[in-house]
Amino acid sequence: MKSLVHEFTKGIIRENPTFVLVLGLCPTLAVSVSVVNGIGMGIAATFVLLGSSMIVSLVKNFIPNKIRIPCFIVIIATFVTITELCMKAYSPVLDRALGIYVPLIVVNCIVLGRAEAFACKNNLAKSFLDGLGMGVGFTLALVLISAIREFLGSGQILGHTLIKGFEPPFIFGMPSGALLVIGLLLGFFNLIKNKKT
Amino acid sequence: MGNNLLVSGSPHIYTRESISRIMWTVVISLIPAGIAGVIIFGWDALWITLAAVAAAVSTELIFEVLTKKKITVLDGSAVITGILLAFNLPAGVPLWLPIVGAVFSMVVGKLVFGGLGQNIFNPALVGRVFLLASWPKYMTTFTKPFCDTVTSATPLAILKEGKALGHIPYWDLFIGNHGGCIGEVCILALLIGAAILFIKGYISWHIPFTYIFTTGLFIYVFGGPGLFKGDWLFHILSGGLILGAFFMATDYVATPLTARGQIIFGVGCGVLTAVIRIWGGYPEGVSYAILMMNAATPFIDRYTKNRIYGSR
Repeated sequence: MKSLVHEFTKGIIRENPTFVLVLGLCPTLAVSVSVVNGIGMGIAATFVLLGSSMIVSLVKNFIPNKIRIPCFIVIIATFVTITELCMKAYSPVLDRALGIYVPLIVVNCIVLGRAEAFACKNNLAKSFLDGLGMGVGFTLALVLISAIREFLGSGQILGHTLIKGFEPPFIFGMPSGALLVIGLLLGFFNLIKNKKT
Repeated sequence: MGNNLLVSGSPHIYTRESISRIMWTVVISLIPAGIAGVIIFGWDALWITLAAVAAAVSTELIFEVLTKKKITVLDGSAVITGILLAFNLPAGVPLWLPIVGAVFSMVVGKLVFGGLGQNIFNPALVGRVFLLASWPKYMTTFTKPFCDTVTSATPLAILKEGKALGHIPYWDLFIGNHGGCIGEVCILALLIGAAILFIKGYISWHIPFTYIFTTGLFIYVFGGPGLFKGDWLFHILSGGLILGAFFMATDYVATPLTARGQIIFGVGCGVLTAVIRIWGGYPEGVSYAILMMNAATPFIDRYTKNRIYGSR
């Protein structure tokens, strides 16, 4: 039981995909302009992670080792297609905001990384919790980055203006702002980690 | 008596030059351009400069107290960053703008890398491009000289919009009687400051001269209506080229170490500046050119290492 809880919680802080493993930065850089986008992207990636981790851990014994990567990609692509079609049907606004980055979850290194490093070596329950933990960690990181960027870049959080008369620096809404925020946060988390040890 | 006998390794030659001595000399050499800025744009220029300097120095002090590092505010480098940042701002900006810019310059441009000597970019330029990208409205509204409520575009901006330049005489460009940033307009004052640095030997000719020469040559060849018809003197005298070439492209930390490397650096800056001015989206390219070449400095240093005598 304890190890199952561990599989879930490790993805949130200790092995956070964005800040510790530094995986999946392209969607993080691209969609973290607003908190809504961040949450949408996080949930979509979590769904794909969960699905692909479960299926990979179920079929791991049938896949020949030499062609495992293409097999993983096919499984991942299936879930990404489901996500994309659902999003188009039920939330077209979010779909337009995220654009090309939803289909690009296929090549998100977190998803393939978890399939390759964890799901193909562990049983169903562990893989499920690992995928869920990683997805939650990714979503939290996206929300943190996009909250900072949305507040600094447009003076708003979730579309609500917080401080009147605040003239936001536009740079945080631009790609360079994403690099700045992620770089400083990475440094900050490394600082905390080094303090602890 | 025994304390006077120092045992140390070679070299034994002692010089009174030190980082803080060089830095404070650079501060002095920037004063003429500051005075010119105050004369041209009024007291606002002075308040902006003082605000930027105060913000830069106190940011460094607070950061070093918080992180329990050695206090280095007295070496003058933070003062230079503040002054250079303020010199790159228009005189009409609100007073919080230089403060925010100076804090950003110091923290992101210098302190997170580990302080003086570790920064990969010129901190003042980091602050300037941050402000330019963040509040373009303030950063591109220039006051007209000698009347502080009227705005006017810089000569380069007028040129960029394709309007007729209405002949600004070269002499007005030289003494600074045109719209622009606080410290960049008066070429005469900048050259006086640069002369101080040359006489003291703190900067060498390699970067500034190759930089200015390359920009002029490139503009002369490609910047006109046909080949070899560009107005090179106008481009050298306008914008931040002189300020950038003498005071910012010669930053010790973020530029190559060897003479050959410095020449490559200067030529690169010159080509980039001219390319941005002729074909780029911005009217002015000095700060971006210097920052890009700052980024290339480690590679330049690696490929221009001097051969040690006796080695292959």
